[in-house]
Amino acid sequence: MRDIAFGQYYPSNSILHRLDPRGKILMLIVFLVLVFCTNNYYSLAVVIFAVVAVVLLSKVPVRLYFKSLKMILFIVLITSFLNLFYGTGEPIFEFWVFKITLAGINNAVFVSVRIFCLILISSTLTFTTSPTDLTDALERLMKPLTIFHVKVHEIAMMMTIALRFVPLLLEETDKIMSAQKARGADMESGNLVHRIKALVPVLIPLFVSAFRRAYELAVAMECRCYQGGEGRTRMKTLHLHKRDYVSVAIIILIISGVVLCNVFLPQVVR
Amino acid sequence: MSTIIVENLSCTYGIKTPFERKAVKDVSFEIQSGDFIGLIGHTGSGKSTLVQMLNGLIKPTSGKVFIDGTDIWANPKEIRKFRFKVGLVFQYPEYQLFEETVEKDIAFGPSNMGLSEQEIKERVLYAAKFVGLSYDLLKKSPFDLSGGEKRRAAIAGVIAMDPDVLILDEPTAGLDPVGRNVLLSQISQYQKTRKNTVILVSHSMEDVARVTNKVLVMNKGELAMFDKTEKVFARSDELTNIGLRIPQVTRVTDALRKHGINLPSGILTVDKAVYEITELLKKEGRL
Ligand SMILES: Nc1ncnc2c1ncn2[C@@H]1O[C@H](COP(=O)(O)OP(=O)(O)O)[C@@H](O)[C@H]1O
Ligand SMILES: [Mg+2]
Repeated sequence: MRDIAFGQYYPSNSILHRLDPRGKILMLIVFLVLVFCTNNYYSLAVVIFAVVAVVLLSKVPVRLYFKSLKMILFIVLITSFLNLFYGTGEPIFEFWVFKITLAGINNAVFVSVRIFCLILISSTLTFTTSPTDLTDALERLMKPLTIFHVKVHEIAMMMTIALRFVPLLLEETDKIMSAQKARGADMESGNLVHRIKALVPVLIPLFVSAFRRAYELAVAMECRCYQGGEGRTRMKTLHLHKRDYVSVAIIILIISGVVLCNVFLPQVVR
Repeated sequence: MSTIIVENLSCTYGIKTPFERKAVKDVSFEIQSGDFIGLIGHTGSGKSTLVQMLNGLIKPTSGKVFIDGTDIWANPKEIRKFRFKVGLVFQYPEYQLFEETVEKDIAFGPSNMGLSEQEIKERVLYAAKFVGLSYDLLKKSPFDLSGGEKRRAAIAGVIAMDPDVLILDEPTAGLDPVGRNVLLSQISQYQKTRKNTVILVSHSMEDVARVTNKVLVMNKGELAMFDKTEKVFARSDELTNIGLRIPQVTRVTDALRKHGINLPSGILTVDKAVYEITELLKKEGRL
């Protein structure tokens, strides 16, 4: 249960871990757009190079990245397979109604590489940023929305609490499952109906405890006079450092690289 | 009646992650049937992990557990058999209750064993009796019981499986003093009546001293001591070094002995101390 690796924070002290989370989120967005702006192999190469560099810089074991990639491998294969037939021009290979064109191959390659880059780069963000930092940064970034009466602080607080509860509930599920297994509950065998039935002894105590925890948390927050975002100060304030400016400069370099490749070299996909 | 043999048992959590942690390291011991064992150790010393390996809930990273001479992981498909043989009551077991009535909840274990209706019913009643749950509570929802009653109901749920070995992980944690004493007496009574092996994980040296005849001491995942209760509590300095202590009354009588008062060693309970001191005073003609 606790082995779910995708998107889990991996503590370390790489340069990426120390970057300002706000910057990281913005750079992620820029990067995602950039990945979809590539229209020839040269700009794609620039992006791949950047992604590989970021992955290596994060000091997170590459094994974990592969694990996240494995989860979407199937989707990628299907989409790129479909894209193979989705191109106009001279067919280079023909079979019955299927025509494979050079454009189709290009499409397939681009789709799969783009999705891989997307997953890798977003995994880097979650691997190198603790959930609290992440929601904290989101709250700051969404601050301007308060003029439209969006309850930014409350949304961020809910996200923090939800994220905090995920590992707790997983742990709790683990415990309850063990306790029921100790009473002979059989959760590993049987058909689907049997297995779903076997979940009842786990789900009921889990819900009960989730409500109890939620209630206790609410009481604890009230005891500490929590009353929403107004006038609330922070223990950890975010400051921009030299490394953050450097990272922005590097991103701008990458952007210009991609743009230059796109503009001055022939386009292969749209 | 079962003997448990543990050979070079180790358990590591989160292998190949930054959270890797050796919870139990190379532990070996042998428990005879009918023993009442106390398992003590600092928080995080690996007690819960160890007991979960004894009934096959956690698969050891290395090492073996033999129950009645059979390696429990020899055939992983048969592991449930050993869970019925070695009943484990978890820490805070009241959080595992889920059925509509207390009766049905206690029956969960026995019915997983595939027993007949009649037998299940009998077992529920006798388990409820052992833990002192009155019969009118059986028809209630487990969520309507008090904390102590919930605890009893959960313990009854394991006793109802009639395991050869009963393991209780800190069964008295969070109960009031009276509740603790009553529950402890009931467990002790259970062990005496059924002559089963019982392993009691506890933080209270007094509790362990009162009811057990042998003590396992865990320290940072390693087995620090395994001996008769009196012998373990005679090693006061070593226990202190690993953050444990001996029962208060033992400390007092040991101090008296050091001052030349002729008391026997290994006095573990207040009752015993009172008895020995009055005997001594009588002998000296002072009482
Ligand atoms: N499911 C788990 N996953 C990871 N680490 C665990 C898990 N359970 C226990 N641990 C760790 O193993 C060590 C031993 O824990 P435990 O066996 O519960 O000790 P005790 O019961 O003596 O307090 C502790 O450091 C604990 O943090
Ligand atoms: Mg424990």
